[in-house]
Amino acid sequence: MSWIDLCAIDDIPLRGARRIKTAQGCVALFRTGDTEVFAAADRCPHKGGPLSEGIVHGQSVTCPLHNMVFDLTTGQARGEAMQIQTHALRIEDGRVLIDGAKLRARSAA
Amino acid sequence: MSTRKLVVIGAGMASGRALEHLFEAAPGQWDVTLFNAEPRGNYNRIMLSPVLSGEKSYGEIVIHDDDWYAQHGVTCRFGEKVLSIDADAKLVEGEKGVVPYDKLLIATGSTPFIVPLPGHDLDGVIAYRDLEDTNRMIDAAATPGARVVVIGGGLLGLEAAAGLRLRGMEVTVVHLMGHLMDRQLDESAGFLLRKSLESRGIDIRCGANSKEILGENGKVRALLLDDGTELSCDLLVMAVGIRPNIALAKEAGLATGRGIHVDGQMITSNADILSVGECIEHDGAVFGLVAPLYDQAKVAAQTLLGTHATFVQKQLSTKLKVTGCDLFSAGDFAEGDGREDIVFRDPGRGIYKRLVIEGHRLIGAVMYGDTADSNWFFGLIRDGTDIDDMRETLIFGPAYQGGASADPLSAVAALPPEAEICGCNGICKGTITDAIAGGATDLGAVRAQTKASASCGTCTGLVEQLLQVTLGDAFQMPAAQPICGCCDLSHEDVRRLIKAQELKSQEAVWQELGWKTRNGCHVCRPAVNFYLLADWPLEYRDDPQSRFVNERKHANIQKDGTFSVVPRMWGGITTPAELRAIADAAEKYAVPTVKVTGGQRIDLLGVKGEDLPGIWADLNAAGLVSGHAYSKGLRTVKTCVGTDHCRFGTQDSTGLGVKLEQILWGSWTPHKVKLAVSGCPRNCAEATCKDVGIVCVDSGYQVGVGGAAGMDVKETERLGDAATEQEAIDLTVAFIQLYRENAKYLDRPYKWVAKVGLDWVKARVVDDLDERARLIAAFDLSQSIYRKDPWAEEAKRAPAFQPVADLTLEAAE
Repeated sequence: MSWIDLCAIDDIPLRGARRIKTAQGCVALFRTGDTEVFAAADRCPHKGGPLSEGIVHGQSVTCPLHNMVFDLTTGQARGEAMQIQTHALRIEDGRVLIDGAKLRARSAA
Repeated sequence: MSTRKLVVIGAGMASGRALEHLFEAAPGQWDVTLFNAEPRGNYNRIMLSPVLSGEKSYGEIVIHDDDWYAQHGVTCRFGEKVLSIDADAKLVEGEKGVVPYDKLLIATGSTPFIVPLPGHDLDGVIAYRDLEDTNRMIDAAATPGARVVVIGGGLLGLEAAAGLRLRGMEVTVVHLMGHLMDRQLDESAGFLLRKSLESRGIDIRCGANSKEILGENGKVRALLLDDGTELSCDLLVMAVGIRPNIALAKEAGLATGRGIHVDGQMITSNADILSVGECIEHDGAVFGLVAPLYDQAKVAAQTLLGTHATFVQKQLSTKLKVTGCDLFSAGDFAEGDGREDIVFRDPGRGIYKRLVIEGHRLIGAVMYGDTADSNWFFGLIRDGTDIDDMRETLIFGPAYQGGASADPLSAVAALPPEAEICGCNGICKGTITDAIAGGATDLGAVRAQTKASASCGTCTGLVEQLLQVTLGDAFQMPAAQPICGCCDLSHEDVRRLIKAQELKSQEAVWQELGWKTRNGCHVCRPAVNFYLLADWPLEYRDDPQSRFVNERKHANIQKDGTFSVVPRMWGGITTPAELRAIADAAEKYAVPTVKVTGGQRIDLLGVKGEDLPGIWADLNAAGLVSGHAYSKGLRTVKTCVGTDHCRFGTQDSTGLGVKLEQILWGSWTPHKVKLAVSGCPRNCAEATCKDVGIVCVDSGYQVGVGGAAGMDVKETERLGDAATEQEAIDLTVAFIQLYRENAKYLDRPYKWVAKVGLDWVKARVVDDLDERARLIAAFDLSQSIYRKDPWAEEAKRAPAFQPVADLTLEAAE
């Protein structure tokens, strides 16, 4: 694994989200707690809504377009056969790091 | 027929009523001598509270004046105490001489109970019973900043407290029990009453045990509670209860217990002596309310006239005479086996109603906030009416009884499986019934599985009826829908509790109101966020993370994830310079679509999220601000050109529209709010389908509210007519603030008005000028925080709109 430093955890508002650009499109970082951040695809598989603009609650996010709710620990949509890609993150010294190998591996695939 | 001598001891309301009956039925038959310890005749003791509060004068509460006594030949011996009764010789001895009688009527009433605390005999410790007490309280209240402690949170104590508060005193009520008026109210109603009194500045201490009255130079100084609290006071009022005044009767050898024993004909143990009022004991009961006293008076008069009549104890009801505290209780409302409750709560309006049913009968009722139907309920209790047939609508009162009621369930049951139930999501009946058969046995589950009723929600009732038809008794129709799965409380309950428990943060709401999730969800968070900022504008700050994307981004998200930008055009008025700035911005940011909206402004559609701060900054530079086209808040004020240009215009409709928009912009509301002002009844601004629509006429302004032109189409209803522009503005602002304070989140004004009733709104916004002023002040206070341009604020933090990192290069390595 190669961890890539993304931002300070405080760059992401509590119960809010920020986006990062990657070669496969945007990935959203969701800050669900003081020291809890999840990363997942920013695009809702339903109609392409930007999940980083959704309301973050518990360990879930609600898509702003049609209220699809995604569990950020698994990427599974609640009550729907839909899933979003999730990414492993690490938090070190108040910084958020993402698993770069996986991002690259997927882009090569 | 020869006249006979009647002596009456006590000129109170019971004996006064007995005399009225007597003189009416047999004028001239009785020669009456009336003793009264108080130096006056019969007055309406119940109305002492309004005298105390200053709402009435003593002259207004006199029942029998000097003329009345003279007219009926009553010998008045007022201010003279009766020393003794000689029952054998049939003589009454007053301070100024002896009077013989044929019949004697004892109506000595009751004396207030003084708790024998140390210090109870200090100067400044009084009871609340007669005009003297009342006048002493009024005198004490004349000293600015004077403090009073009232012991007793019952009917009388609270009336005294409220009256003294109205007279400007600092009032503390000390009550032994856990809630106020514990003998008449249950805890819920007691709580509402307490909040109401506290909001008037009365300090209430329940569960407080008095220990000692502290004095200084023989005068009361403070009340000491047994927990060590010292409540300083210049006056201490004891209102803990009354005791029948039986000393005279007892000395005369009459049978007494708690009161003077009487039989059903109001005759004491001596056949020539009758007794009525608070001094008697009948069948083990003593009496403190006026209704049974009047019944006794009637019986006593008939007994004196030789007609047979019998006093029967009846159910009693209670009302509190404190202006603005509307409460009622009757019957037995204790909980118990075999008893069932029907409870109605409308926290926004401060209404609580509870009916207690046993078997097929209503046996008790407690109401707070709306007691209009109390007499009807009281009748049902008193008469023991079988209420089975009207049980479902019983709590809504007499207006909802009778008439054929079509069964909505049969209509739903008759629908074919392919009938569409949910128009938003295109869900038909068969899909829903299949889901129910598959185990979705409540609304939430049906919503999750089929999406039916998950969008606009107008089909919720239909879905619930389908659940009922399909599941039968297994489905329990929810009394009040909880906001969402995160909690068990309805919007109304949450609003009430946020106010009542003074919850000023989301964390406090989640904790205190038992949220089942960590921090709510996309349904409840925006609602709770709004309730908090509407109720606590200074203490609570709007939380962007609890806002739907449009309100967080201050722009409307479009289906492709881009945004639309709508600058405000006050009253639909713009300038060439503004139009030029809009055109420049549209070109600079390659806006694909420029559209004129229905609200008389220009929409720039298809702006990328990261371009928002830039386009806002450019528009700001030309003096344009956010049009809030995205918010649950003031959207637009549509106008016609009015007297400026139109040959039919009656008033300056454009000017009024601009003023309204400048006052109202930036305010958050439960749902979006759209206004319009038309310059004449031709109504070119289409004001009669707006949330607030003003139509100018020659004589002024017709202010209508509760219109709709969306999912429902509805004409406004007239809130009121205003003679001046300022009054039209005041009515509008007060209406919107009332809506902000009371409506359920996502109820447009027309839905809210339909729930609370236009009359209720009018009473507060139009009729009650104090309330109108309070609403306007509350709105202004909130606007001191929120009347600002969010674009200007957001443009400053432009980096937050950009991706926090760009890994496209990393990934390409």
